[in-house]
Amino acid sequence: MAEKVIYAMYDDDDVLKDGAKKLVAKGVKVADVFSPFPIHGIDPIIGVKQTRLGIMAFLYGLTGTTLATLGMNYFMIHDWPMNIGGKPSMTYLDNVLAFIPITFEFTVLCAAHGMAITYLLLNRTLPGMPATNPDPRTTDDKFVMELRLSDNGQFSEGELMAMLNETGVIEVDQKDIH
Amino acid sequence: MHKEAAIREPLILGHKTYHEITEDVCKPIEDKAPRMWYILFGIALVIGLYGVGCIFYLLGTGIGVWGLNKTIGWAWDITNFVWWVGIGHAGTLISAVLLLFRQKWRMAINRSAEAMTIFAVFMAGLFPLIHMGRLWVGYWTLPLPNHFGSLWVNFNSPLLWDVFAISTYLSVSLVFWYIGLIPDFATIRDRVKKPIPKKMYSILSFGWSGRAKHWNRFELVSLVLAGVATPLVFSVHSIVSFDFATSVIPGWHTTIFPPYFVAGAVFSGFAMVQTLLLVMRKAMKLEAYIHTRHVEYMNIVIMVTGSIVGTAYITELFISWYSGVEYEAYAFFNRATGPYWWAYWSMMTCNVVSPQLMWFKKLRRSLLFTFVISIVVNIGMWFERYVIIVTSIHRDYLPSSWSMHYPSHIDLGVYIGTIGLFFVFFLLFARFFPVLALNELKTILKSSGESYKNDTAPVHPYFAKNGHGSHGHDDHDTHNH
Repeated sequence: MAEKVIYAMYDDDDVLKDGAKKLVAKGVKVADVFSPFPIHGIDPIIGVKQTRLGIMAFLYGLTGTTLATLGMNYFMIHDWPMNIGGKPSMTYLDNVLAFIPITFEFTVLCAAHGMAITYLLLNRTLPGMPATNPDPRTTDDKFVMELRLSDNGQFSEGELMAMLNETGVIEVDQKDIH
Repeated sequence: MHKEAAIREPLILGHKTYHEITEDVCKPIEDKAPRMWYILFGIALVIGLYGVGCIFYLLGTGIGVWGLNKTIGWAWDITNFVWWVGIGHAGTLISAVLLLFRQKWRMAINRSAEAMTIFAVFMAGLFPLIHMGRLWVGYWTLPLPNHFGSLWVNFNSPLLWDVFAISTYLSVSLVFWYIGLIPDFATIRDRVKKPIPKKMYSILSFGWSGRAKHWNRFELVSLVLAGVATPLVFSVHSIVSFDFATSVIPGWHTTIFPPYFVAGAVFSGFAMVQTLLLVMRKAMKLEAYIHTRHVEYMNIVIMVTGSIVGTAYITELFISWYSGVEYEAYAFFNRATGPYWWAYWSMMTCNVVSPQLMWFKKLRRSLLFTFVISIVVNIGMWFERYVIIVTSIHRDYLPSSWSMHYPSHIDLGVYIGTIGLFFVFFLLFARFFPVLALNELKTILKSSGESYKNDTAPVHPYFAKNGHGSHGHDDHDTHNH
């Protein structure tokens, strides 16, 4: 079903933030904001929750630590214990000091790559994906606020426009999206 | 918004708007490359190809084409490896450690420093691979199930730790760098008109659109990557130093190595950043973003790490005597007075004396002086590795096997070739990639831009009218909508 969307463009991040604050105070729901850089403090205003990717990174790191430990225990202690320089590989604990560097490196490897891949998948930013910003200038110096009529049933289109015009908006565009 | 002390020097000089930052960074990419770029690229390419030729000759003939002998089994190859890895330490240090310390000045230099890091680690990785002689069995360094019984790689060996450390460092740095690049590629994508570049940048930008939720994730991912990359930076060169420190060769067998190598790596990495950026800021007209203050900050890092390195040199000299181990004492006596005295004293002059000159404010704020010192430091750091590696092994326990190392022209060709290849990569980067982190610079414009700090920047008409945050004057015509 086609949906009416209003794109309100600003030429300054602080003006947009101020405007968003005023609109939200009046009960308007802001669907999204497009900006060329992270606008600090916009997330709580428009209700974007803090991401939980940090927890994911920790879990990926933990996976790395576990895999490295299990792997080295199997390779060096069980499958083919080597006696190197008169220092036989009897138990994992005896040799654990020599295994720390690789355990650490593998933890970092898994945490960093796991998180990066999750991040790209969640954002749906992958090679060949189409850009979805409403105006090419939003990656340069313009800031766009997206309002959906369906989110703001209590206001008419005219009322929304009137409220927007008080917030220092420089251009307003309407689109039907599917 | 974060307010910065007024006495702190601005990070972005003059008056810039968000659009001007985009223009300044994207213009060199969109315009035709200057003639000088083609000349430099041509020279670098010829040198690089010569190096590739030497590598092919080496692979076809064998390691015997290097100037190694029975006593000196490690010389230029490992020297160059450690040298390049060391250079590759500045980028991630700048983008990770300085991010955690909230050092905003890093934003002007992190992108190119990280590119430099990645290219330097490429060059470093080449040396252990070609030293295998049989490049095609390089995968034997990985713990893969195999038909030799399955004989695993030795996880007790620092050489294997190195494999893991370098590959983790390279791939994590690459990911960190690329995640920061995605929004900037999107900026270029939305600007370029020609179809082929548009398509290229469109693929490179992964469809980035700058949504609030994406920026929220972006910031957290940058922070967490910085958090994991910080211990990584320190671990990598520590592990490289284990290659030597865990052996029982006098001159290598020292516990001081890890911190001393890390300090040396940061020292040489920052020097390389200075060498490259001092030229780049001029050639690409980025003087407003990378200026004297940035150079001074980096010089302070060079001074501090140079002093750590100097202290380490003197400490190991003292300990070699104090330990009472004759072999250890001889190794160091031989370094300073033996046939390689010239390498030792070059190292001492370049690495211990030259950074101390940075105590003078006039000198550390002089761009020409910085440029000269940055090259001197990297020559010194090359000698450091050469001194540690070659002078420690050229006279071993058995005087009848004492020997000297003379590099062959293949040694020289491979080394010079990697410098050529490094510049090929860096010049391509400077030509096609956004060399400054656009999205990061825009976030500090209002807190650290000169015109915003001294209130000469025009107040936005919206705030001028509504009396919010209004200082200064309104000299702009108001938009009416």
